[in-house]
Amino acid sequence: MRNFAHGFRGETYRFADLKTVLARASARRSGDELAGLAASSDAERVAARVVLADLPLKIFLEQPLIPYEEDEVTRLICDTHDAAAFAPVSHMTVGQFRDWLLSYEADSAMLAALAPGLTPEMVAAVSKLMRNQDLIAVARKCVVVKKFRNTVGLPGRLSSRLQPNHPTDDLKGIAASTLDGLLYGSGDAVIGINPATDNVQNCLRLLGMLDELRQRYEIPTQTCVLTHVTNAIEVMQAGGAVDLVFQSIAGSQKANEGFGVTLSVLREAQDAALSLKRGTIGSDVMYFETGQGAALSADAHWGLDQQTIETRAYAVARAFKPLLVNTVVGFIGPEYLYDGKQIIRAGLEDHFCAKLLGVPMGCDVCYTNHAEADQDDMDTLMTLLTAAGVSFVIAVPGADDVMLNYQSLAYHDILYLRSVFNARPAPEFEVWLEKMDMVDRAGRMKLPTPSNAVLQRLIGDSRNAA
Amino acid sequence: MPPEDPWEQLRLATRARIGLGRAGDAMKVEDVLDFQFAHAMARDAVHAKLDIARLKTALPGAVCVHSEAEGREQYLRRPDLGRRLAPECFEQLPRGEYDAVLVIADGLSATAVMHNAVPMVEAVMERLSGFRIAPPVIATQARVALGDDIGEALGAKLCAVLIGERPGLTVSDSLGVYLTYNPKRGTLDSARNCISNIHTHGGLSYTTAADMLAWLMREALRRGLTGVGLKEASGLLGGETQAALAG
Repeated sequence: MRNFAHGFRGETYRFADLKTVLARASARRSGDELAGLAASSDAERVAARVVLADLPLKIFLEQPLIPYEEDEVTRLICDTHDAAAFAPVSHMTVGQFRDWLLSYEADSAMLAALAPGLTPEMVAAVSKLMRNQDLIAVARKCVVVKKFRNTVGLPGRLSSRLQPNHPTDDLKGIAASTLDGLLYGSGDAVIGINPATDNVQNCLRLLGMLDELRQRYEIPTQTCVLTHVTNAIEVMQAGGAVDLVFQSIAGSQKANEGFGVTLSVLREAQDAALSLKRGTIGSDVMYFETGQGAALSADAHWGLDQQTIETRAYAVARAFKPLLVNTVVGFIGPEYLYDGKQIIRAGLEDHFCAKLLGVPMGCDVCYTNHAEADQDDMDTLMTLLTAAGVSFVIAVPGADDVMLNYQSLAYHDILYLRSVFNARPAPEFEVWLEKMDMVDRAGRMKLPTPSNAVLQRLIGDSRNAA
Repeated sequence: MPPEDPWEQLRLATRARIGLGRAGDAMKVEDVLDFQFAHAMARDAVHAKLDIARLKTALPGAVCVHSEAEGREQYLRRPDLGRRLAPECFEQLPRGEYDAVLVIADGLSATAVMHNAVPMVEAVMERLSGFRIAPPVIATQARVALGDDIGEALGAKLCAVLIGERPGLTVSDSLGVYLTYNPKRGTLDSARNCISNIHTHGGLSYTTAADMLAWLMREALRRGLTGVGLKEASGLLGGETQAALAG
């Protein structure tokens, strides 16, 4: 049995096992403190990192953190591990792996080829040895391109989910928020509604409206009502216009059972969506949301720190070729991520870990009113994530989600990010914006004046939506 | 004459912040400040303290207790501590023959409690003739489940916790009520009934909320349960109350 210990200035720091090393090495966050897993001092935290840096990457293949026999996520990770892809880094320690990831040798092609050889635990481990700038620099090299009716994840592009939620699912209200977002060039990742009332009949109604809107204006994007996967299966059986199947997922079988899902029900839903053949240029039909703290809140974390078990959720996502995945990073509340600093770090970790595993990661850059965070923190995180090449971010009117009662990004923020980074929308969507005469000669979204013809037409239509 | 604002009609259909102007790529200053005001109100509600003296005057005989969480920061970081009564408070809650106790808890919005708890308690008390009600309990740094310790200590058959809900940008003083039959430590949330969104800015009125709560309390005593089983039985209620309970 390996001895996990490190001596420094006469003090010896000992760690009981592998998962304890990982937990103590994590950047400080309230969720690990709540779980009683966090380092008890800053020195212990760094000692754990020193121990972690010397561990061989292979140890995560040899010692599953959650037993194979008891957890289907562990079985998925072990059974789909690609040893040949892992070979180029199989001799490295976690610390050497960190340095190699930052090296010029590790370019986009190498990292893409490596992804199937990496397990979530390896990726979570190395992220704990990386500063924020490392997480950004390496994620930026990971190119994950996905397709349905448009192409998400190309270098130099930034997509966004348009989230037109309404507290009573009023069709006219949703149409108004959708129109507003389109005028800012939002919606190329997906136009996706969180329904206030989550049942099959209501989903059919909302999907019908979104699909009609998309077809009328020939918008090259996909729509989604974020209902439970079992509802989506029923909706498809009833002939509903399902582009993407949505589900919240987590990093253990027990946590997924808390969400009411198993790998087999996800497979069933994916097959059903594929059989509809609604994608025009690709068949990536799944959309997942994740977020640190979900497993602990379901008492299904197996003594793992919240960042490591979160990363295991990306192995679940990866198995279903998703078009979109996003961490809902600040939504869960201050008992898991206390303040802006913790939310920002977690957002960068989630994005890095997913991208290194080959998952098309986006982010809901967000916070609740009882967290120690504000719009300045969101400005920082969205700017860093765009520098890191995030696949998409979520946007709502004026940063205020009036259904879920939390703050996400504003449509305005998409303009800011695209402008500062010279990032463009998905190519097919960009062509559509030009065709609709919504872009000026400098490539900027036109400011819609009341007399603007496009605006008049769209508004007239959305008034009649219901 | 400037053309009519094309967004005016659409704003009737949603509270969302649609049709904002732009300053370059950014929001206009009035919209930025309006947002900051709403966020500040919400944050202030989270960090506000109950005015205990005022509540005690309005609720004669009230007892004050607190959870194991010491201060707001620990309360926010450690929900588990907010669910447990501080050991020294148990002696203030002598066991009695009670059908119910009403707990007034700060939760995530002391502002909601200061605005709405007293009229809500008065409205409920009017509807509970024949009930043996314990003296009201004012609880600070409290989560919903703190009512389990309080109800258990008093030996009350029912515990109704009136608690400040997490503030949103639109409403920062919304009150919720959680009713639990046979309260004791470790009760699952699925064994409670909730009435939420009680406030005076277009939320549930005190009258309606009190009607619902009184109905739930009588039925809970009669059937010996709260939670999912009781929610299903609420089909007996009138349209408005039923809809509010479902939400």
